[in-house]
Amino acid sequence: MAERAVIHDRPRLTPRQLAGAIILHAIVIAGAAIMFFPFLWTIITSITPDASLTVAPAIIPQNPSLGAYEQLFTERPFGLVIVNSFVLAAITTAVQLFTSSTAGYAFSRLPFRGRGIVFAVYLATMMIPLQVLIVPLFVEMKSFGLLNTYLGALLPTFASAFGIFLLRQAINQVPHELDEAATIDGAGHFRIFAFIILPNIKPALATLVVFAFMGSWNSFLWPLIVLRSPELQTLPIALAGLQGQYISDWDVIMAGSVVSVIPMLAIYIFAQKYIIQGVASSGIK
Amino acid sequence: MTLSAIQPIRSDQDPAERNSRPGHSRATAPLRTRSQKTKYALTVLAFLLPSAIPLALFTLGPMIGAAWISLTKWNLLAPQQFIGLDNYSKLLTDPRTGEIFLHTVYYIAGYLPLVYVGGLALALALNTALKGRSFLRGVYFLPVITSWIVVALVWRWLLNPSSGAVNSVLGWFGIEGPGWWTDPNWAMPSIILASAWKDLGFVMVILLAGLQSISPDLYDAAKVDGAGWWRRTFSVTIPLLSPSTFFVLIISLINGFQVFDQVYAMTSGGPAGASQVVVQQIYDLTFRYGKAGEASALSWLLFIVVLAVTVIQIRGQKRWVNYG
Repeated sequence: MAERAVIHDRPRLTPRQLAGAIILHAIVIAGAAIMFFPFLWTIITSITPDASLTVAPAIIPQNPSLGAYEQLFTERPFGLVIVNSFVLAAITTAVQLFTSSTAGYAFSRLPFRGRGIVFAVYLATMMIPLQVLIVPLFVEMKSFGLLNTYLGALLPTFASAFGIFLLRQAINQVPHELDEAATIDGAGHFRIFAFIILPNIKPALATLVVFAFMGSWNSFLWPLIVLRSPELQTLPIALAGLQGQYISDWDVIMAGSVVSVIPMLAIYIFAQKYIIQGVASSGIK
Repeated sequence: MTLSAIQPIRSDQDPAERNSRPGHSRATAPLRTRSQKTKYALTVLAFLLPSAIPLALFTLGPMIGAAWISLTKWNLLAPQQFIGLDNYSKLLTDPRTGEIFLHTVYYIAGYLPLVYVGGLALALALNTALKGRSFLRGVYFLPVITSWIVVALVWRWLLNPSSGAVNSVLGWFGIEGPGWWTDPNWAMPSIILASAWKDLGFVMVILLAGLQSISPDLYDAAKVDGAGWWRRTFSVTIPLLSPSTFFVLIISLINGFQVFDQVYAMTSGGPAGASQVVVQQIYDLTFRYGKAGEASALSWLLFIVVLAVTVIQIRGQKRWVNYG
């Protein structure tokens, strides 16, 4: 399965293996076409003026135009909201990397009485729908005087049970022999965390970067409620605004959707390099 | 709890820690002196507080706030009126409540096997030396990052009973396609299909990351022993992937019970309430009918169900989850 194993098999591929490889390629590529289709449709609609959504788009649009994209950046504040969303997502991601890895370490490597219950309480924070937390959270932020501030939008995103759970699972898989060797060399928990654990969970850290960034980048309800000033607005709110304002301008809506996916895709492609990084570099086992 | 109460315990006392080796590391060795105990407690706090403070203030706090709202009659505008457990007894005697929970379980029962088996197959396929696999991984991840508003539009068109692509293709084979989201019997399968399609890439990414922690030496050893591909997959890969599988299951169930975006965007619970799920109901109660108290009570009922399911899974993990 691992790339290495497959590579040194290559010189002695039997006809059966070759057929298997061809079938695998065919299935994966056909699947990819199905996955890509809706995105292709989005792109085509975005460059088709007066696009309609009731029928399938023409593969080659008539009178293609980038007018919808121009409209986004001239008539609508898309330049501003992209910068705003990017800054918020970057801060959320950086803080979550810190809070998730420290908590993940505690839940994996620092046993204490009642730890199972504390972990259950952490997980429990994911189990109630955001829709009902919004009202009490709003009241709370109001009393802190943080309405209409980025701090108010950011604070609830600083710790995520999802990220903590993800990293705890990853740290559980790092062999204890590595900690023990470091302990014998006189390293304490802070050193083991920083120099043994973190370098060994890069794939999970990169996965968290993708999901933390995506969570912030797509978050709609809380920023909508806490950020009132137009200059603080974020991308999903501007996207939703397009739908209200240009009821039938599907090209503009789809252009907005394309623009919103591209930065996220760039983050994913950047992180993927680390997600797939093999164990070869970690020197374990 | 005082500082010195936070002490390491022996591994065999904590189910979560059963895989570590007692006595080998400093963490699990008994701490004798008072100052050692205090130092250990401070270390634990230093690692936990950065996450505990925001979670307590901005999630647990509002959860307790919602619990209070669930004991009142409130339309978000007029003053709250305390009514005790009336919202709960109303919900528990209303047959509609059982129905929306059943719809939610139906969603999970259809979605989870599809997305897990699909995601696992995809992760295994894209972990081999496939040509252009980085590009393919990107393509499969695209739906995950696309918003439900766009995905729902496309799927409503794909599954359009008269002009949609899916029924047209079925027509070539002489099959008359169903009414999909316009038919009460097919509304939930339509939502399940679109959701599994969208989340395949999510499961793929988590499992791909998990696959990277399996040492290639194990495969080489299995090969030397004459194990074929299927054997290696079922005896090496899947058991060693169990921590990632456990994570995917827990997260998918927690999210599955709170399914909302796709329902809202594809059917809004219709037709005739056939795809009404718990969070859609919470949303309708709060923002359409002005019943914030009842909505909060329903959220707490949902919370209790999700918590019970998660606790059962955590209890059961020792039977099948294998931390290297």
